[in-house]
Amino acid sequence: MRNILTIAAKELRSYFVSPIAYIILAVFALVFGIFFTVSVESFIRYVIAQGQMGGNVALDLHEALISRLMGTINTIGLFLVPMITMRLFAEEKRTGTIELLLTSPIRDYEIVLGKWLAAVAFYVALLAVSSLNFAVLLYFSNPEWKPILVAYLGLLLTGCATLALGTFVSTTTRNQIIAVAVTFFACLALWIADAVTVFGSGGWAEVVGYLSLISHFGEFSRGLLQAKDVVFFATFTFFWLFLSVRSLESLRWRS
Amino acid sequence: MIDVQNLSKRYGGFTAVDDISFHVEPGRIVGFLGPNGAGKTTTMRVLTCFLPPSRGSVRIAGHDVLDDALAVKRAVGYLPETPPLYTDMPVDAYLRFVGEIKGVPAKELSGRVEYAMKRCALLDVRGKLIAKLSKGYRQRVGLAQALLHDPELLILDEPTSGLDPKQILETRDLIRELSGDHTIILSTHILPEVEQICQEVIIINKGRLVATDSVANLRNRLRGVDAISVEFFADGTTLETGAVEVELAKIPGLARVHFKEHRQGRLLFELEALPERQIRAAAASAIVGQGWQLYEMKSIAYSLEEVFLQVTGDAIAEGPDFDTGSPGDDPPGTMTEEEASDTPPSQEAREQ
Repeated sequence: MRNILTIAAKELRSYFVSPIAYIILAVFALVFGIFFTVSVESFIRYVIAQGQMGGNVALDLHEALISRLMGTINTIGLFLVPMITMRLFAEEKRTGTIELLLTSPIRDYEIVLGKWLAAVAFYVALLAVSSLNFAVLLYFSNPEWKPILVAYLGLLLTGCATLALGTFVSTTTRNQIIAVAVTFFACLALWIADAVTVFGSGGWAEVVGYLSLISHFGEFSRGLLQAKDVVFFATFTFFWLFLSVRSLESLRWRS
Repeated sequence: MIDVQNLSKRYGGFTAVDDISFHVEPGRIVGFLGPNGAGKTTTMRVLTCFLPPSRGSVRIAGHDVLDDALAVKRAVGYLPETPPLYTDMPVDAYLRFVGEIKGVPAKELSGRVEYAMKRCALLDVRGKLIAKLSKGYRQRVGLAQALLHDPELLILDEPTSGLDPKQILETRDLIRELSGDHTIILSTHILPEVEQICQEVIIINKGRLVATDSVANLRNRLRGVDAISVEFFADGTTLETGAVEVELAKIPGLARVHFKEHRQGRLLFELEALPERQIRAAAASAIVGQGWQLYEMKSIAYSLEEVFLQVTGDAIAEGPDFDTGSPGDDPPGTMTEEEASDTPPSQEAREQ
């Protein structure tokens, strides 16, 4: 455990001494801020317009606004996750520092878990930035807070899963550009995997469609906490972390 | 300390290390000598558990590299050819990190980091980013990293490569100092380095073990033939090489005389003695006796190729061996140059 935390702390530190962490945080804050403002504004206009027309529409604040914003965070995350994970192993392989890690008395899974945890911690920092926007919303209105927490749990679990995938991709290359691109397209493919139902139906389409990250996340964002979705993300995360450890081991045999 | 039995390492179809066996006693400094591409780095990577052996067994401090890798890693400090440095970290933070993953207990960590920095003369750059350090300092940080957890065995891969002559001497001194506390195995393709630092030498070429011997024995074998180069001139007159050669040939004990070149009016000859004969004094007095001005006389440093010829006989170390190194390796000529840059210390060592 001490080794995992040592690796994680070192990794987190190197995020924040390089400009990349600040760029990612700033881009995220800006992009989400714009989406947030625009969404809130159009929501308010819509409510006012409904009121003027004398309609009496009961709008659910969570359904109509918050859950969409959660989806937005998740989508921005899709673009940022590859940037968070790209350097984890690719950089170590390029500079040769991987030799230090692999000749130290620590286990391969400790290296992988440490690095992945650092990435998760950084992702949590992104989520914390986004929560400032919701704090404003909570101050001026009174949405239910429990569905918001569930949605955040969904964001966190999606992050854990895609970061694990990115960690694995980073173990397979020494080129960070390749790591970014492959991670992005792999995440994108899994994101929209449920689109296969357009092309056909039946057993295989159902299986592939089930892998869709966004359909599992959808339940969380609506405020539904279901065991099957938690299990899905946990399995997904474990699978890629396991492959990462295997990939790291295989470095010894291949290189 | 190290027990290697029939070690082989193959990458795909390429055999990098081929059936090597050797044994190293605790407390020794062993030089691992061979040209580039000989399999030195591969062997070291197997010793440090970075690569698994394809065949054979390797035991370090009584632990097998396959069955008990963690124990081996605890016993070994390793400096790879490129020091594994996180350049975005300051020196002391980096060493703390290394100490932690090497399993140094939290209580001893600060003390060990201080010790390593002191030992490697890093105290004045402790807070500096590694990215800002010169190559010599980086090499020292690499060494500090290797000895941080007080390992029984230090494995140093080309610890002096790429350093300037002053840094090379400092690094060699440091390694000699460390030898009291650790068993050390270091790789190099520079012969004088082995002569100066090591007690034993393991020579490999093309993945095969060529010889293991003590440095003293190796030196004697090389000393079998005394070879010197002399440079001289005559005041006022231009010397004619043919005539001079005839005169030099009269030196007692001389086996061969060879005109090398004109150098700013001076003549440079190479003289080789008969086996077991010394010709320096005789050569000096012959030259002075002719009324010539002796400008310089020095030992001819053996290049690695010549060592192979001498140690192994022509059968193994034929010329082509050195031309078939993997692409990207330094051509043999480079070694000779590096040898040349090492001439002053090597001469010193020879004359001890």
